[in-house]
Amino acid sequence: MDLRFTDDEIAFRDGVRAFLRENLPEEIRKRLVDGEYMVKDDLVRWSRILNEKGWAVPHWPAEYGGTGWDPMRQYIYLEETQKFPAPQPLAFGVNMVGPVIYTFGNDEQKKTFLPRIANLDDWWCQGFSEPGAGSDLASLKTRAVRDGDHYIVNGQKTWTTLAQYADWIFCLVRTDPDAKKQEGISFLLIDMKTPGIEVRPIVTIDGGREVNEVFFTDVKVPAENLVGQENKGWDYAKFLLGNERTNIARIGISKQRVARIRELAAKEMSGGRPLIEDERFREKLASIEIELKALELTQLRVVAADAKRGNTGKPDPASSILKIKGSEIQQATTHLLMEVMGPYALPYRAENGEGWNEPPDGPDYAAFAAPGYFNNRKVSIYGGSNEIQKNIIAKAVLGL
Amino acid sequence: MDFDLTEEQSILKDSLDRLLADKYGFEDRNRYAKAAEGWSGEMWQHFAEMGLMALPFAEEDGGIGGGPVETMIVMESLGKALALEPYFATVVLGGGFLRLGGSPAQKADLVPQVAEGALKLAFAHQERNARFDLAHVETSATKDGDGYVLNGAKSVVTHGDCADKLFVTARLSGDSRDETGVGVFLVDAGADGLTRRGYPTQDGLRAAEITLDNVKVGADALFGKPGKGMTLVRAVVDQAIAALSAESLGVMSAMHELTVDYMKVRKQFGLPIGAFQALQHKAVDMFVALEQARSITMFATMMADSANADERARAVHAAKAEIGRGGRLVGENAIQIHGGVGMTMEYAVGHYFKRMTMIDVAFGNADHHLRALAGAGGLFEEKAA
Repeated sequence: MDLRFTDDEIAFRDGVRAFLRENLPEEIRKRLVDGEYMVKDDLVRWSRILNEKGWAVPHWPAEYGGTGWDPMRQYIYLEETQKFPAPQPLAFGVNMVGPVIYTFGNDEQKKTFLPRIANLDDWWCQGFSEPGAGSDLASLKTRAVRDGDHYIVNGQKTWTTLAQYADWIFCLVRTDPDAKKQEGISFLLIDMKTPGIEVRPIVTIDGGREVNEVFFTDVKVPAENLVGQENKGWDYAKFLLGNERTNIARIGISKQRVARIRELAAKEMSGGRPLIEDERFREKLASIEIELKALELTQLRVVAADAKRGNTGKPDPASSILKIKGSEIQQATTHLLMEVMGPYALPYRAENGEGWNEPPDGPDYAAFAAPGYFNNRKVSIYGGSNEIQKNIIAKAVLGL
Repeated sequence: MDFDLTEEQSILKDSLDRLLADKYGFEDRNRYAKAAEGWSGEMWQHFAEMGLMALPFAEEDGGIGGGPVETMIVMESLGKALALEPYFATVVLGGGFLRLGGSPAQKADLVPQVAEGALKLAFAHQERNARFDLAHVETSATKDGDGYVLNGAKSVVTHGDCADKLFVTARLSGDSRDETGVGVFLVDAGADGLTRRGYPTQDGLRAAEITLDNVKVGADALFGKPGKGMTLVRAVVDQAIAALSAESLGVMSAMHELTVDYMKVRKQFGLPIGAFQALQHKAVDMFVALEQARSITMFATMMADSANADERARAVHAAKAEIGRGGRLVGENAIQIHGGVGMTMEYAVGHYFKRMTMIDVAFGNADHHLRALAGAGGLFEEKAA
């Protein structure tokens, strides 16, 4: 047992840090530190800088642009970018549809889409959830009917994150309504410019416009946009959802937020002294830090085990807790950050993040604290709610 | 980064687990507890023959040269068996003082005796008014020729009733809560003026109240530097807390395993109770707490012999706090899910719960260590070395 990074890993980490310092534009970094909403141009700009460096899709196989880093280096890279903080890659392309395409797609699809994902030429969004299919995803109803060289798609997707920017959407659609519910589903790639697609924003409780409803009315999709085999889409979806165990806990993001809390709590006053000197407050922070440290090591146990068995075998049982505990910590840190702001958590500007240029109503770091808290309630809901995660662990890990 | 055990460590774990599976079932434990001293002399000899007593000492001192990871392995296994023997008092605490504070002469004299299981030790430190303040020492040490005279009283000394020698803290100078001015003395249990009253504790182990009435010791009884005893005490106690965390892992994983097994066989309303979602979620909460405890114990174990006392202390605070609250969550849910049978003395799960509860009280509970960690600046603040 040795929990230290090797000298090579430390050198690698320092290299990542140096690259971030030298290449990430400061105004992008500042928006992230302040917790502002993601700005599309920031992400596109940063993705192209990364792609130029060859770091846009580190975990992909080398033939499609991956770096060939082992799981530990991938983890170090991820954590350093999150702590810095740098924009996180658009998961829908890089972590979701990309791996599905290089694993199950045909050569034409690989050639067409993969380089454009890496360079963020195409903005992807995810068409899984439907109004009647949340945690019970397989009950989805959007229909795709084969008509010659095309599918005709009708239905509705919802909670579609950043669909307002999207060039493409990958969708689960029902192609065989008579099959058992998991067995009649296919995985379709759909150009968002196709006639019959309408995107309507859903404003969430933080005031943000992150998610949307997407309506499909007689949308004509070329049959060549089917990934893999018809009616096998559920398998690809399971692959996509199970693929991600390195980032699900978001350790680096929580670490960055903890550092931010400590920094701002030293500026904010409470009872005539800095808030960070208040025993009750700093015990709350320390309490979160303990959980975070433990989860970091749990995460590293999973990464080290993956490295050892080449990321092909059954995941370490500990990996199943990453989502639950990681989301709890994200929610605890966003709540505590809001608490730091005290009364200046209150002011609300709906226009914030969409070109608002007026001076802030309170300290310039306070504006996004409450929205950040409200927004992060989502993390225990999406990707299979924490209650669903517990059902899965009870069955798959505990054998109940 | 490597979370696996070496081949030697795996062999150590396997052979100890085999021994315990063979000779330390729950019924065996009940039998051992009924012995006059409250534990099994036969098991103590088995442990010595396996080399467990020699494990943490340097090879040149007559030991095997194990470190915190080896201690973690042993303590986790002993925790899973709910072992009653004075291993923690003798080898972890007493051995800690020998390793970290002993002069070459003291080591040469004492390590071989501990290693062969012939010498039992205990740490007589806790006092009536100290609660969890480690530096609170009212017991006095007065210079007397070359040696010292000790006066005072020590509370709830784990396995203090059976120890052959006691590491006693006593104040040479300063006020009762000063960090400096404390000495650590090794005192014969049979010394004139030393009296002890042994009793069982809630977890089936033993402890003693000890009074020191003009107990004379020689200059060679002093461990570490006079007046700098707290530096030594903190180093030993930090390692001991890492070891208790490892014991807790054994206790928690046993409770979790018993509970999940029970959920598969106990039927109510025609179904195994494991089919009920409300109970499944409790069992998962226990699993999450157990894995988090395992991770933070590894962290504390790796930091336990760090030369950086500040970093070491922060890691140990984190582990003790996490173990305290996680252990309580696992223990209370284990009893709840078992229902009535969990309340009975004749079933094992309650005994694990009692041990877990007493571990939280030892060397500062979860709240104490959370406060200490918060006061030290938390876990992630990088301090200049």
